[in-house]
Amino acid sequence: MELLFAIAIGALTTSGVYLLLRARTFPVVMGLTLLSYGVNLFLFASGRLATGQQPVIGTTASYSDPLPQALVLTAIVIGFAMTAFLVVLSLRNLADNENDHVDGRREATTSPSKIEQEVSSK
Amino acid sequence: MSLPLVVLLPFLGAIAAPLFAQGGRTAIAIASSVPALIALAALFPHWSVLSAGGTVLHIYEWLPVLGLSFSFRLDGLALLFALLILVIGLLVIIYSHYYLKASENVAKFYSLLLCFKGSMLGIVLSGNLLLMLIFWELTSLTSFLLISFWTHKQDARRGARMALAITGGGGLALLGGILLIGNIVGSFELDDVLAAGDQIKAHALYPVALTLVLLGAFTKSAQFPFHFWLPHAMQAPTPISAYLHSATMVKAGIFLMARLYPALAGTEQWFYMVSFTGMATLLLGAYIAMFKHDLKGLLAYSTVSHLGLITLLLGMGTQLAAVAAIFHVINHATFKASLFMAAGIIDHETGTRDMRRINGLWRYMPHTATLAMVAASSMAGVPLLNGFLSKEMFFAESLQLNLPGLWAWVPPIVATLAGIFAVAYSARFVHDVFFNGKPVDLPKFPPHEPPRYMKFPVEILVFACIMVGVFPTVSVGPLLYSAASATLGGDVPDYQLAILHGFNLPLLMSFLAFFGGLLMYTQRQRFFDFHAQLKEVDGKAVFEFVVSKIEDMARSFTGWLENGSLQRYAMLLVVSVIAVTIMPLAEHGFFIGENGLSPVDWPTGIAASVLIIAALATALWHRERFYALVLLSVVGLIVALAFARFSAPDLAMTQLSVEVVTIVLLMLALYYMPSWTPMESSRSRRIRDVLIALAAGAGMTLITLAMLTQPFSSISEFFLENSKPGGGGTNVVNVILVDFRGFDTLGEITVLAIAALGIYAMLKNTALTPPPGDGLGHAWTRDHYPLMLRQIARPMLPLALMVSAYIFLRGHNLPGGGFIAGLITSVALILQYIASGMVWTEDRIPFRYHNVIGLGLLFATIAGAGSLAFGYPFLTTTFGYITWPVVGKFEVASALVFDLGVYLAVIGATLLALVSIGRLSPHSAIKSKMEGA
Repeated sequence: MELLFAIAIGALTTSGVYLLLRARTFPVVMGLTLLSYGVNLFLFASGRLATGQQPVIGTTASYSDPLPQALVLTAIVIGFAMTAFLVVLSLRNLADNENDHVDGRREATTSPSKIEQEVSSK
Repeated sequence: MSLPLVVLLPFLGAIAAPLFAQGGRTAIAIASSVPALIALAALFPHWSVLSAGGTVLHIYEWLPVLGLSFSFRLDGLALLFALLILVIGLLVIIYSHYYLKASENVAKFYSLLLCFKGSMLGIVLSGNLLLMLIFWELTSLTSFLLISFWTHKQDARRGARMALAITGGGGLALLGGILLIGNIVGSFELDDVLAAGDQIKAHALYPVALTLVLLGAFTKSAQFPFHFWLPHAMQAPTPISAYLHSATMVKAGIFLMARLYPALAGTEQWFYMVSFTGMATLLLGAYIAMFKHDLKGLLAYSTVSHLGLITLLLGMGTQLAAVAAIFHVINHATFKASLFMAAGIIDHETGTRDMRRINGLWRYMPHTATLAMVAASSMAGVPLLNGFLSKEMFFAESLQLNLPGLWAWVPPIVATLAGIFAVAYSARFVHDVFFNGKPVDLPKFPPHEPPRYMKFPVEILVFACIMVGVFPTVSVGPLLYSAASATLGGDVPDYQLAILHGFNLPLLMSFLAFFGGLLMYTQRQRFFDFHAQLKEVDGKAVFEFVVSKIEDMARSFTGWLENGSLQRYAMLLVVSVIAVTIMPLAEHGFFIGENGLSPVDWPTGIAASVLIIAALATALWHRERFYALVLLSVVGLIVALAFARFSAPDLAMTQLSVEVVTIVLLMLALYYMPSWTPMESSRSRRIRDVLIALAAGAGMTLITLAMLTQPFSSISEFFLENSKPGGGGTNVVNVILVDFRGFDTLGEITVLAIAALGIYAMLKNTALTPPPGDGLGHAWTRDHYPLMLRQIARPMLPLALMVSAYIFLRGHNLPGGGFIAGLITSVALILQYIASGMVWTEDRIPFRYHNVIGLGLLFATIAGAGSLAFGYPFLTTTFGYITWPVVGKFEVASALVFDLGVYLAVIGATLLALVSIGRLSPHSAIKSKMEGA
């Protein structure tokens, strides 16, 4: 189980980092989302993997560690706020620079309209 | 108490001085004098202790772990310097009052001057080396600000920058030296360091520590080859030159060498480094001073030369030489400060400092001329003036050095030669300026005597020159003895402060210097011709060259590293993280702890495989953004399942609802963005990125595996035990959030609120036209708000709200709570926007989301602050039980109010963010009006 969990976190990190290194904002946002899944799972796992031991007093005989859960709960919400902020930043970049390149320059190598031409010519 | 007060007062004065600027220049000058007067009065009572050879010590702990304390120490040496700083400081304030023009920023001038005075007093009175270093750096900074006081002058700014770079660099070296000494001794307290001289000198690192400390001292005291900053610092107003760059700050290096004399001096390294540096500086400064046409330039190089003389004396290592060094510190400060002030008066009255134009001023200002001539004679070493006495001692000491063979001749010859130059440039100062024909083309003509009291400080100093010169034992005897005793660690040799020691070799040297100098001055044209042939090595040019080279290197390095590409930064960031973690990872590698692995059950295995595949597929197909987004949502949902599987129901619910909001958000963004990502990266770039990503992923896998299989202990026992009795709830996660760690949560919802407001601000007044159709050229569907969705969504709202209320209320005891309930409410509201459009929904929502956020934060804060009213710490909670008619026994906790705040903040922030994006399109309002109404 632990190995599988670790591999899953590794896969999330791999995909997340790869997307993080892309040149357009949307893949980077997706990459960060994947990374934050991985990080949340990792933090959560610091309380170890337990089955059927939810930390609600009186429901089971033993309880899993509630502290990482509380930390991850807020991390999820903050992670959402960060994603939203990043999305908006990239929208603002799109509005100001008329392209969605991460470098935030007006003259991008390829403009969105050109991409669409390429795609429609396929 | 009095010692820290002496240091603190000037700083307080620096704050107060500008307040007196309203009262006019006289008021501010008087106000600026007060700290020095009080300080003098505060130092006076200590004299009885010091004259008996004692020290006064005041220690206040600061950072004892680092060996740093506010420790102030007064002994003879410190007193001598403190008096120089205070008395000359007072005279400079009087002088400045007449020197500065009415239009100038006097408040800034006096403030900086007082800051400098405080820093300088800090250096001499510090009883802790680290504390001293802080003040040392402060003098460099204030000196920088004072040199560049006339900020409009480019030369002033450059001179200031150079002075700061040199003295600041020296300060860095000094820090290293002090840390080494502190390490060797085990304490930074001056008393401990001075007592540990033998230990320091025997230590293997002594040469390094000595070199670093001397670098600090040499740069500060403008010793060769760092001397060139001082002449360029003469761009400062003349009172500053007189005070900082002649009488006090440049003596800080001398002070340091004298201060650490018992700890560092007496070795061969000390002798060679200090005496040869001093000798080179002495000769070079005296030689160049001859050829300067600028009055202040002449005085600046003469200062360099005299600083070299004092350094040489300290370097000789004999006790008498050290006494002579201290004596010359006093003498040089008096005659040089008065000469600078005289030069300032001449500049003030004639409008120039060029000695080729200033001639024959005796006719116009005989009083000033007399004063300047006396001071210049002292500088030249004319008998019956103080300069003569210390110079005689210097000549005598130069004969006492036990150097082998012909080398023994070097010090006396250098000393005599420097003496000849000194007489020559002093003669030039007197003859060229006050006689030698008529003034040439002066900007202000005719010059006349300055205001009466502008000369007063010069008179005082010149009087001191004569007094010390004629009655040395009476005037400075006790002070010198006390300072010398402090420098030498109580071991003062027999010396005599007599005007004449009989006809001996030193006197002969003095005669030689005097007449040689006069001869040289009369033959000056030959020397000028000779000097003109020399190619001058300009220290400033070298410095500027080095600085510009460093700047070029920094610029090209920055350009290479920071090329504006976010992709590159992200890559460097990830690679650095991998690089830092690779060492410990490589050590353990594939590590399985003693807990071992637990078996995998089928459903979990399948779900995990789907997660892994979906995650990798998201990256693989990221260029088709919509599909990638669908895959991403699969990942998010399985993460929620994973939380549920591994005993975290709260997390599962949070993740599930956040997932919905996130995907809606990304869909919304995708509406405006291109739906395709172009293929831009080269194949090699993609392979490189894949390798980096794999390395990161593999690293995370190994770390997670190692962590998961390790036994651990947690502080959570406390939470589990106290959740019910202390927090009144059985859902420990929720109790942690709203009670145990409530302050964290308050911070977190504040961050959430700030992010949402940031989004709102960033998108306000931004218009973004979405593309007319999807990437394949298909137009968007005309059915903007589908009928079926609308019909289902509307009844969903009250149901969803009821669920969220239930989740909210039970949160304290069962999975749920403010975060989750808030997200559920948000999802329900977002559904209305999606189904019925912006305008329709906004019309029916009677509040603004900003207010909801504010209300949420207010509730949370009030719930926290409420406990203060009952005398408990912030965010203490209480709870009780009431019986409701239908529901039955129900628990009410004050934490519920806090959780309500969380609930509202989450709703407000989520919806404000999404609605701001929805409002982006200029068409959205019109469209929703048509379709949604």
